[in-house]
Amino acid sequence: MREGGGLRVGIDVGGTNTDAVIIDAQDRLLAKVKHPTTPDVTTGILTALQFVLEQQDGAAAKVSHVMLGTTHATNAILERRNLNRVAAIRLGGPATHSIPPLSNWPVDLKAAISCGGTIVDGGVEMTGEPIVPLDEDAVRRFLDSVSEQAEAVAISGVFSPVLSDQEYRVEELVREVLGDVPVSLSHEIGSLGLLERENACVLNAALVAVAGRVTAGLNNAMTANGVTAEAYIAQNDGTLMSLDYVRRYPILTIGSGPTNSMRGASYLTGATDALVVDVGGTSTDIGILSAGFPRESSTAVEIGGVRTNFRMPDLVSLAIGGGTIVSESDGTVALGPGSVGYRLTTEALVFGGAVPTLTDAIVASGRGSGIGDARRTAGREDLLQRAIAACDVRIEDAVDRVKTSGRELPLIAVGGGSGLIPETLAGVAGVHRPENHDVANAIGAAIASVSGELDRVFAYGKEGRDEAIAEAVRLARDEAIRAGADPAHVEVVEIEEVPLAYLTDPVARVRVKAAGPLKTH
Amino acid sequence: MTTLHIDLGNLPALALGCTVFAGGGGGDPRIGEQMAMEAIREFGPVEIRSLDAFDDDDLIMPCGMIGAPTVMVEKIPNGAEGRAIRETYERMFGRPVTAVMPFEMGGINGVLPVAWAAYAGLPLLDADFMGRAFPELQMLTPHLYGMSGSPAVITDERMQTVVFNTRDNIWLEKLVRNCVASLGGSACGGLYPMSVGQARRPAIAGTVSKAIRMGETIRRGGGDPIDSIVRVAPVVRLGQGKVVDIERRTSGGFVRGSALIEGLGTDKGRLFRLEFQNENLVVLEDGEPLATVPDIITLLDIHTGHGIVTEGTRYGQRIQIVAFPSPPVWTTAEGLRAVGPRAFGYDFDFLSVADRHA
Repeated sequence: MREGGGLRVGIDVGGTNTDAVIIDAQDRLLAKVKHPTTPDVTTGILTALQFVLEQQDGAAAKVSHVMLGTTHATNAILERRNLNRVAAIRLGGPATHSIPPLSNWPVDLKAAISCGGTIVDGGVEMTGEPIVPLDEDAVRRFLDSVSEQAEAVAISGVFSPVLSDQEYRVEELVREVLGDVPVSLSHEIGSLGLLERENACVLNAALVAVAGRVTAGLNNAMTANGVTAEAYIAQNDGTLMSLDYVRRYPILTIGSGPTNSMRGASYLTGATDALVVDVGGTSTDIGILSAGFPRESSTAVEIGGVRTNFRMPDLVSLAIGGGTIVSESDGTVALGPGSVGYRLTTEALVFGGAVPTLTDAIVASGRGSGIGDARRTAGREDLLQRAIAACDVRIEDAVDRVKTSGRELPLIAVGGGSGLIPETLAGVAGVHRPENHDVANAIGAAIASVSGELDRVFAYGKEGRDEAIAEAVRLARDEAIRAGADPAHVEVVEIEEVPLAYLTDPVARVRVKAAGPLKTH
Repeated sequence: MTTLHIDLGNLPALALGCTVFAGGGGGDPRIGEQMAMEAIREFGPVEIRSLDAFDDDDLIMPCGMIGAPTVMVEKIPNGAEGRAIRETYERMFGRPVTAVMPFEMGGINGVLPVAWAAYAGLPLLDADFMGRAFPELQMLTPHLYGMSGSPAVITDERMQTVVFNTRDNIWLEKLVRNCVASLGGSACGGLYPMSVGQARRPAIAGTVSKAIRMGETIRRGGGDPIDSIVRVAPVVRLGQGKVVDIERRTSGGFVRGSALIEGLGTDKGRLFRLEFQNENLVVLEDGEPLATVPDIITLLDIHTGHGIVTEGTRYGQRIQIVAFPSPPVWTTAEGLRAVGPRAFGYDFDFLSVADRHA
């Protein structure tokens, strides 16, 4: 690991703006910049990085870490854009036919992602024995039938976390029939729970191209700015992962945006218990800070309307933000689902464009002084007023859904579109807009933890279960410390145990994840 | 009286109610819910009828899945198992099945029979034989009345069907359990087939509609979930905390294990130990029981009030530990012999929560 001058750059690529901050070893904010996101990702990251480095003389050479948080994957799913067409193969027949792959997905998301799904005979029992023999011919026939459309393949086998041979075998068949397409294997992505794991696996496969563009963009931006630091991308639990890892498991970046902005909101206000509303250009996330960290969802998490089994901040997300397009049909005002995204500063009315957006509504309702030219909303006041009223209702409703007790909490509004949040909201003890709130997300990325993970099969026989888990925890902690975490503050964030019942001795697959803040001195 | 139907609108409420009355067991109803959803989409809503709406001679099919719920979340049924069970019974009895009945009201088994009723175009009985969820086949109310669980029909996704005619219900449990283990740890079954006339005494009436009401109340939400729950059923708070360890092993067609829960908030400093065999059996503190079977011990998500099933319990979850008083049939001497703590190998007696307050 490079020590450098101990400066960290946090970058947040939103659908609308790319923000960058520089933080020193004592977690002090030294510089910040906000720059419109560009269609080709790279330019936006490159320019934001360049501008923020220009604010600190000689900073480029002193940067030891660059942390990128991005909502690319989330937005791709929310907006059904830039997604790979995925062929979903489930190995599990004759079981599982009662609930086919991608059941219960929102119709439009399924249309955007799926180029076909199948259940072939196969999968294993919990004992590792086949349910029935794997039907390789059926796999080949299915692959032939989707060979024209499939841009990625998701393979999910019944009980594959216990025995993953069949998923690997089908990956070989994909190579034979389709050649070099991205393949996602469910056992590498999720744990027990076939439908949730399969959903996550399909979403992962759909995001491979998006992940490739983001990691390439970051690499290019660093090279162009002469920065040779360690590069990380933030993931759903607030820890960082390497770029290689992101390219294989892009789904893990989902949820990192809200985690970063909530951690950033806590940093900016010192508040440890509060509601946090992050309004971006494309989406709004509402979550709860509890003891300085996002409250995690204890039930299955939905991503874009699809149920998965990831651990994530407990959020209510709305597909509305500053760039959301406001329209009207049959006298009813509609918010989105489209957004002008990074074209906000050219297409919104207040910036001289022709598309009414929620940013125009913010300005027209007097909530956003100093944004663009208010006169340009003339003639559209009625539509914009009704849009802001509709928006308030949705935000108030969402805040109420996030809150789970009657207790009033302060609300911290962050993000570039936070003008959308009114001064008072029912059930909220004051709305706070801290200084630098517009870069909360980038700050959250810069202060994210580094983690270490251990995933290994343990025989409990000799040492017993307690010793085995203790050993797994020790190894995961060591891994986190090796990755740069401060040994004094490393904590276990996740322990997962899958008993492998097919062996006569008690044997289990144990996954432990430990994480801590970067050791900076 | 208006006819009550289970449709796509109230199915989620039924499933949610089933997480609460499951006592941690019975499996995540999501699988049953999604199966029922697919079935209702294709064949339309399912009518719920009380026993009174049938003739004494009508044949009912109590049914559900048997085995480890941890298996069911992976090895999801084929969908045709219910039909295989029904056709086997119809051949055996020489008359059609008139109604489908959940043999237990909790977890996946409160919802799965809805799918089978929809496929068959039959009504669902508003009753069950447990009033909660229990792990074993002699733990159904007809057993207390000396009625036989045979002929029992077990079928799997490979459409293999096995019929059991056993000496008594203890043998039925033993033989079915072994069969289920051989089939991969979970299978589908019909048990205690009987006529409506025979079912009138053992049936615990109204449990399907009660689970729907419970689910609807929690879904409306607002404020402390417990305040909503108590409106539908009396409930006792045992403590709140965070899951700090969970040990689960799937063996012999059961999920057995325990969870350690570290007290939070007003319960800081307390340490609870929850033990389960598919369902939650006892909550212990300092080695002493706080609540025991047959009272329904449930872990609720501290924020949403949703019941957390055994296989869904995870490190770090924030939960409330609550108990619902058992259906009265289980707290008689006879009932406790079948499902009290001693029936599960504990060396202490049933400790009722009924006289405590939420």
